[in-house]
Amino acid sequence: MIDILIIGSGGAGLSAALKAKEENASVLVVSKTHTTHSQTCQAQGGINAVLETTENDSIENYEKDTYKASHKLANKKSLKYFCENSKQTINWLDSIGVPFSRDENNNIAQRKFGGTKAKRTCYSSDYTGHKILHTLYDQCIKNSIDFKNEHLLLKLLTKNNTVTSALFLDIKTGEIVQIDAKTVILATGGYGGIYHNFTTNSYATTGDGIAVAFKAGAKLSNMEFIQFHPTSLLNKNILISESARGEGGYLIDSKGKRFIDELKPRDEVARAIYKKYEEGDKVYLDLTHLGKEKIEEVIPQERRLVLDFLKIKMEEEVIPITPSAHYSMGGILTDEYAQTNIENLFACGECAQSGIHGANRLGGNSLLEIVTFGRLAAKNAAKKAKEVKCEEKNENNLETEKKRVAKILKKEKNEDFYKSKNIIGELLFNKVGLFREKNTLEEALKYLEEEKNKIKSMGIEDKSKEYNKNLVEYLEFENILLLCQIVTNCAYKREESRGAHFRTDFIKEDKKFDKISICKLENSDIITTFEEIK
Amino acid sequence: MKIRIKREKSKEKKPYIEEFEIDKEETILNALIEVKEKKDNSFAFRCGCKTGVCGSCAVRVNGTERLACKTHFKDNDLVEPLNNAKVIKDLIVDLEHEYKLLENSETFLHKASSGQITKSDEKLIDTQSNCILCQSCFSSCPVYEVNKDFLGPYSLTRALRYVNDKKESNSAPILEKIQNNGIWDCTLCGNCTLVCPQFIDPKSDIMNLRMKSVQKGYEDKSIASFNSGFDTGFDSFGGFNPNGF
Ligand SMILES: Cc1cc2nc3c(=O)[nH]c(=O)nc-3n(C[C@H](O)[C@H](O)[C@H](O)COP(=O)(O)OP(=O)(O)OC[C@H]3O[C@@H](n4cnc5c(N)ncnc54)[C@H](O)[C@@H]3O)c2cc1C
Ligand code: SF4
Ligand code: SF4
Ligand code: FES
Repeated sequence: MIDILIIGSGGAGLSAALKAKEENASVLVVSKTHTTHSQTCQAQGGINAVLETTENDSIENYEKDTYKASHKLANKKSLKYFCENSKQTINWLDSIGVPFSRDENNNIAQRKFGGTKAKRTCYSSDYTGHKILHTLYDQCIKNSIDFKNEHLLLKLLTKNNTVTSALFLDIKTGEIVQIDAKTVILATGGYGGIYHNFTTNSYATTGDGIAVAFKAGAKLSNMEFIQFHPTSLLNKNILISESARGEGGYLIDSKGKRFIDELKPRDEVARAIYKKYEEGDKVYLDLTHLGKEKIEEVIPQERRLVLDFLKIKMEEEVIPITPSAHYSMGGILTDEYAQTNIENLFACGECAQSGIHGANRLGGNSLLEIVTFGRLAAKNAAKKAKEVKCEEKNENNLETEKKRVAKILKKEKNEDFYKSKNIIGELLFNKVGLFREKNTLEEALKYLEEEKNKIKSMGIEDKSKEYNKNLVEYLEFENILLLCQIVTNCAYKREESRGAHFRTDFIKEDKKFDKISICKLENSDIITTFEEIK
Repeated sequence: MKIRIKREKSKEKKPYIEEFEIDKEETILNALIEVKEKKDNSFAFRCGCKTGVCGSCAVRVNGTERLACKTHFKDNDLVEPLNNAKVIKDLIVDLEHEYKLLENSETFLHKASSGQITKSDEKLIDTQSNCILCQSCFSSCPVYEVNKDFLGPYSLTRALRYVNDKKESNSAPILEKIQNNGIWDCTLCGNCTLVCPQFIDPKSDIMNLRMKSVQKGYEDKSIASFNSGFDTGFDSFGGFNPNGF
């Protein structure tokens, strides 16, 4: 039996795999996509770290900035670990070959991102996530890490609140397979994708791991906090990285006037832009004053994206932008060891709520999180695996799951889930978006409940066994719907405004809610409570 | 507007071209999504980032490798799966060769050097490290017709990325690994360069690696490979295809 089963092959999963190998644990990485197709490749802007303590910056400043952005919801212990290790984490990435951009003094270059006082964001031009992911992949190949690609996680099996196995749909063959492991690490990414068509996220980012963990009894936390990125291309939901503003870009309205400090935290900037739209105005990103040479040097990918998708040369023309759902602060609750409330089940990366981002994430902090906590999860999982005895595994669950999937395949199609997915994405953006209030949240909850009842009549047209994408997307849709309900529920319960969560009926931060929200499944009901931060 | 798609439903049934009416004049990817959601749910293709950086949506459009998400859709476009790989279903091809190709060419940092890295050192490997492993070049390469073990354009570009990396203190194993089924098997046809969405030039990278290899004392096998390459510029659908169009 393998020591560590890692589910997900983005930056978090691959960092975990390499650490597991370092710890001499046997490891298998299983993922629903191919490795380099994971969403981590999309991160452009950079990865934060304090590389040197100067009069401008220190670990304490980094902690303070991140804590402030979290609106008191970060876990100070985990945050300390995160910041203190940042330099080491970057050095590790550098040492395995990540080609970080350098400055005039041949040091790793750093740029300034919103919400910080110092230049703290390391980068590889504007392909930071891409270059990290590919370098990690190269190292995994070097270390002969085993991968199973295109396997969709369906279910986690537990015994006495201890995880023992995971069930997957092998997408290529259509078979349901069980993989037993001493410990399991979830690294399945975030749930921004539930804002379907209103998100910068990959089509594959549907929050599966979080939904599956929830159904297995894991506690979810802070699910109401969704970060909307201020600048995505109008009608395209393609991200223009914060580095564009970091490098000096302006936000202007249709009269050409600046209306907000561009480097304020994302939530404030995004709301200011959304308001402009509500007033019937439009918003543009103005980079014309930077000049082509500088643009080509520091944000070549952004230039190409704008040219490819809007046919606009950013050195000559302003770029029409809107906010879109970008990052999910909530996830599976983990402690300072990256452990969930289920024994031997760890979680890291965007699927986890590890106590770093609280109500608002600072740009550049999630890439650091996936690497830091990916490695931490693997270290602790490797330790745990040594204590686990191998037992005979109960295979009844495999049969039950096989039957469940077979039944789905047989269903008649009376309702179209693709249509529902599109409607729900829009519903969420409008009613559980940048601004929220009791009435609209109630409407959303009601609508989602109706959709849930419709699932019975949502069949799938494709009845084939091999590579049934239709079936995969149906299974993802079930997860999307569940997460929509959870997010809306939490947003409904948090009667205050904090960070990315803004309630027009409770516009102030309320001390009463200096707490993290917790979601649990009890007798098939979603129960939301609030807990003190430990 | 019409889109034509090459469909392949199972091993037993033969591939065929199917036509669909499309409402929106947008990208190929959006047209594929429209087909799947509104015309035929069983239609299968891969996609992810929709911004040209995950490399999952590479297909052939009118015979040329393109990223579906970055290609403007025109009336009557013909979309087909990539070449040189087994079709699993519709536009989905088997990608399991990728790991092997990279493993066989040992394209990773072997031993980190402690020397200082400068701005220009980083620039030297910038283009090559922008490869998104989209497989476009792989699909366009004629050599696979005769040699399934050819390391191929992206592996070799990646090899140069590490050979040129100042962080690498031991690039010898990489050069060693690419002598057989590698740099000398390339016909220098340039297809890979034409189709790369990241503006990488694998052909030049391969020539560069040849030069470095000769400097390190490896035998120049280019004459031999010229002959084999000359016979093999045929693909199974369109005949001789020197430019990938
Ligand atoms: C456009 C964009 C730009 C960004 N820019 C930045 C930036 O500049 N700086 C920064 O710090 N952060 C940035 N982020 C955020 C950051 O990229 C992500 O938070 C981070 O990459 C998440 O990594 P991950 O490893 O947790 O998940 P992912 O990279 O999303 O990987 C998830 C993995 O899980 C697998 N998976 C999912 N579901 C299943 C299932 N059911 N079964 C099996 N496998 C499954 C997937 O296939 C994938 O391999 C950006 C995000 C986006 C979208
Ligand atoms: S070299 Fe270019 S075409 Fe080939 S895989 Fe890389 S990005 Fe794609
Ligand atoms: S130049 Fe031609 S033969 Fe050589 S790798 Fe590129 S496509 Fe293949
Ligand atoms: S969808 Fe990622 S490259 Fe096209």
